[in-house]
Amino acid sequence: MATAALDPITSATTDASPEAVVVRFAGDSGDGMQLTGGQFTLSTALAGNDLATFPDFPAEIRAPQGTLFGVSAFQINFGSTDITTAGDAPDVLVAMNPAALKTNVKDLKPGGLIIADSGEFNDRNLAKAKYDANPLEDDSLAKWQLLSFDISKLTMESVKEFGLGNKEALRCKNMWTLGLALWMFDRDRQPIIDWLKDKFAKAPVLADANIAALNAGHAYGETAEIGGAGLGLKQLNIAAAPAPEGLYRTVTGAESISLGLVAGAQLASLPMFFGGYPITPASAILHHLSRLKEYGVTTFQAEDEIAAIASAIGASYAGSLGITSSSGPGIALKGEAIGLAIMTELPLVIVNSQRGGPSTGLPTKTEQSDLYQAVYGRNGDAPMPVIAARSPADAFDCAIEAVRIAVEYMTPVMLLTDGYIANAAEPWKVPDMSGYTPFPVTFLDKAQEGGFLPYGRDEKLKRPWVKPGTPGLMHRIGGIEKALNTGHIEYSPANHQAMTELRRDKVLGIANDIPDQDVELGQKGGKLAIVGWGSTFGPIYQAVRRARAKGLDVSHIHLRHIWPMPKNLGDLLKSYEKVLVPEMNTGQLKTVLRDQYLVDAKPLNKVSGQPFRIAEIEAAIEEQLT
Amino acid sequence: MNDMTPVKLTPKDWETDQEVRWCPGCGDYAILKAVQRTLPDIGATPENTVFVSGIGCSSRFPYYVESYGFHTIHGRAPAVATGVKLANPALDVWIVTGDGDGLSIGGNHTMHILRRNLDCQILLFNNEIYGLTKGQYSPTSREGTKSPSTPFGSVDHPAKPAALALGSGARFVGRGFDVSKNLPDVLKAAHAHKGAAFVEIFQNCIVYNKDVFADFTEKKNADEGQLWLEQGKPMLFAKGAKGIALDKEKLTLKVVEVVDGDWEAAGVIVHDVTNRSVAHMLVEMPFGAFPMALGVLYDDPVPTFESAIVAQNELAAKGKVPDLQKLVSQGQTWTVGKGGPEL
Ligand SMILES: Cc1ncc(C[n+]2csc(CCOP(=O)(O)OP(=O)(O)O)c2C)c(N)n1
Ligand code: SF4
Ligand SMILES: [Mg+2]
Repeated sequence: MATAALDPITSATTDASPEAVVVRFAGDSGDGMQLTGGQFTLSTALAGNDLATFPDFPAEIRAPQGTLFGVSAFQINFGSTDITTAGDAPDVLVAMNPAALKTNVKDLKPGGLIIADSGEFNDRNLAKAKYDANPLEDDSLAKWQLLSFDISKLTMESVKEFGLGNKEALRCKNMWTLGLALWMFDRDRQPIIDWLKDKFAKAPVLADANIAALNAGHAYGETAEIGGAGLGLKQLNIAAAPAPEGLYRTVTGAESISLGLVAGAQLASLPMFFGGYPITPASAILHHLSRLKEYGVTTFQAEDEIAAIASAIGASYAGSLGITSSSGPGIALKGEAIGLAIMTELPLVIVNSQRGGPSTGLPTKTEQSDLYQAVYGRNGDAPMPVIAARSPADAFDCAIEAVRIAVEYMTPVMLLTDGYIANAAEPWKVPDMSGYTPFPVTFLDKAQEGGFLPYGRDEKLKRPWVKPGTPGLMHRIGGIEKALNTGHIEYSPANHQAMTELRRDKVLGIANDIPDQDVELGQKGGKLAIVGWGSTFGPIYQAVRRARAKGLDVSHIHLRHIWPMPKNLGDLLKSYEKVLVPEMNTGQLKTVLRDQYLVDAKPLNKVSGQPFRIAEIEAAIEEQLT
Repeated sequence: MNDMTPVKLTPKDWETDQEVRWCPGCGDYAILKAVQRTLPDIGATPENTVFVSGIGCSSRFPYYVESYGFHTIHGRAPAVATGVKLANPALDVWIVTGDGDGLSIGGNHTMHILRRNLDCQILLFNNEIYGLTKGQYSPTSREGTKSPSTPFGSVDHPAKPAALALGSGARFVGRGFDVSKNLPDVLKAAHAHKGAAFVEIFQNCIVYNKDVFADFTEKKNADEGQLWLEQGKPMLFAKGAKGIALDKEKLTLKVVEVVDGDWEAAGVIVHDVTNRSVAHMLVEMPFGAFPMALGVLYDDPVPTFESAIVAQNELAAKGKVPDLQKLVSQGQTWTVGKGGPEL
């Protein structure tokens, strides 16, 4: 952040009432940092702050304790203004062990606050984190403010009366830390106490111990401030963000996609069939949906991703809304079956929660590198609509839109999300469902005028959906080229030409049925457009906002519809002197835009498994404009 | 297509207007006829019948049956069929697959549909060859099979479809062959079985693997080569002159001579379709030393996958009223009012 004066996110450590604060909890994967982060998020939302989070955890389930690769972190950015990213650099770093300090401290803002559990900084853990000397005791952390105390010992003391074993007692460390964090930001403990009681309903001792640890951490903040011994711990009060009145909740992308798919199926008046196979970070959607049977949802954990999509296709054929979901490697396996859905013209929604690739890649890290796969990744000329969600809350509407297009055009639709959106939580103003227009499906139940044509078309080029079980309309479909109208097997050259064009035109025609591309910030025309898609929305938006505040002529365009693209997009892009496309890949949307519109779009790429920082995009904007 | 008429349908009613495109003399024709003869007898209706297939010569089958049909992709028919049946359990689902389709590329799905016990009939046309791709050896080809991809003879040990099915948990295993007059009876039994019914049908690919089953299918070999199993009947063949008995020392099956029709004295086993242990021995019985076991080898139904899913879905939904507005409002919520947020 080159220009701190204009920065709406001011440092917690330099301002008594900052607008926004970034806190990162980091610890061993066994330390329960994701849980701590999740509960802190809830309390933050309840305090009325706007927020965004970034859970970042290792791929290993139980990575060896104390190791650098076993560090699990949870970052939250919250404030009294509009928050759209998890924040660039933390103001506060909570480090539960040396490895957590080592892997995270370099991100901390200069002057930022480190809270470290000195009890874990023993020789063994220091060695595992490859520290030659104890950083808490030399001056290697001088750039920052350091508060270290023996959280382990303090926790043990606070839960002594419950007679837990050493290991169990130490497990309460995360609640002690959470208690301290709650005190720091003047938060109510009650919702978390309620949650602990509920979580440990079957083991009340554990509930009591965790609550005691929570309270002890909180009390420690209070006494440290009063008795202090020069600890310099201050309480900060972040004002609530102005938000429209209404009911709110926090939502992760995996939740909102699941809810959106259920809503979509209901709006289409269809039962839903979901075929899935576990894969990070897509599994959460399968988990959520498997609990929603009363909404006509059938979930099926198949033997592999191919069976998952094939069963969904079978269900669509039989009159349900077939849905499947996976991440890159699984989507690759589904490729052939996606072609079958395109050929047989059956509705299907395929959710891709992207992760770092290729191959197994970075299972728990985020990337946007499956855009080519989504748009082009099949054999033959196999057009398919592609939609991308920008945030957890936006994913709800995207899921409904994917369902709508699938059933209104009898086509598979791919919905792109990513590991960041899937796991991140943000406050969500609960939508008023009566505001959504239903799009009920009608199945063909008797022959069209002039005889039954399974591959006859309406004005949108959609073929009819006929459910097996319908008398008189028996017919056969399959992946072999179909004859125009009748759908019989047909290999003739002219027919294949005609059918290929028909499939293309049907999908391109969807452009007539989606909103024109709007400009998120700025206006049509000017010096520079930043064009983004997916989860880079947040950092791009903030970067453009800051640049505009500095008087720079830059606009932000964000694509939801990746294929087909909105009809006015070419015109819009050509109205700017320059176009810059930040992506978490090596330039995939950039290439598609260049191909579609012959515009000189330039790439800004990041493939580190971490989301863009606002400052990175801001710097790129300045570079383009000088 | 008089689907609503109570008049009994005829095999002709199950023919489509599509030109059948198998090689002249292919065993698939006979199987098609057997199926078209079976369907009217079991009271099937075209609108409620769905044939799902993968890819291969055999998998062209659905185009020739006047019902709903889905010719899917190579090996995946069981998975597609699972979705069809779960979406609408009232449909009568038939799967047609080949030895390559069902045991090679789709082996995984075959195993899982059987262990889950989806109610359907699985007809595996075993011609011990890849017909459609012009004659490469398949997972059921015998060792030494010369084919375009194994010019010096194949070296892998063949899979035994029926043994694989039983090992995967199948509750019905039947066997027949293309031109057998008994095939419709096996198909009827498969259809009557509630659950996944696996039927291996030996099929003559006259172009790429001609007559590999002649040792038991040809008339002159029928007596010695075919053991037709019938519930409650002794396992006799060779016109009753031979039978199958249990070698109680080795715990294996053996062929015994039956003198003067006294099969009991010879220790010939009475076929009990619910005896899983004997079924395991029957599917493993090596042809040559033994006749080919045909008919219904095993039939012992257990609850089906789709019925369990439906029951669980109903139970989980019981007493809950679907309410989208309520659903999206779940979790920890707060209200932003004029005075800011509150719980
Ligand atoms: C994904 C894929 N791989 C390969 C093929 C080529 N292929 C088509 S049918 C077939 C084998 C068919 O053998 P089988 O299942 O025994 O059927 P048959 O033709 O003998 O009836 C193969 C390899 C294909 N269609 N799809
Ligand atoms: S190749 Fe063989 S299996 Fe295929 S149609 Fe011809 S004879 Fe039948
Ligand atoms: Mg074959």
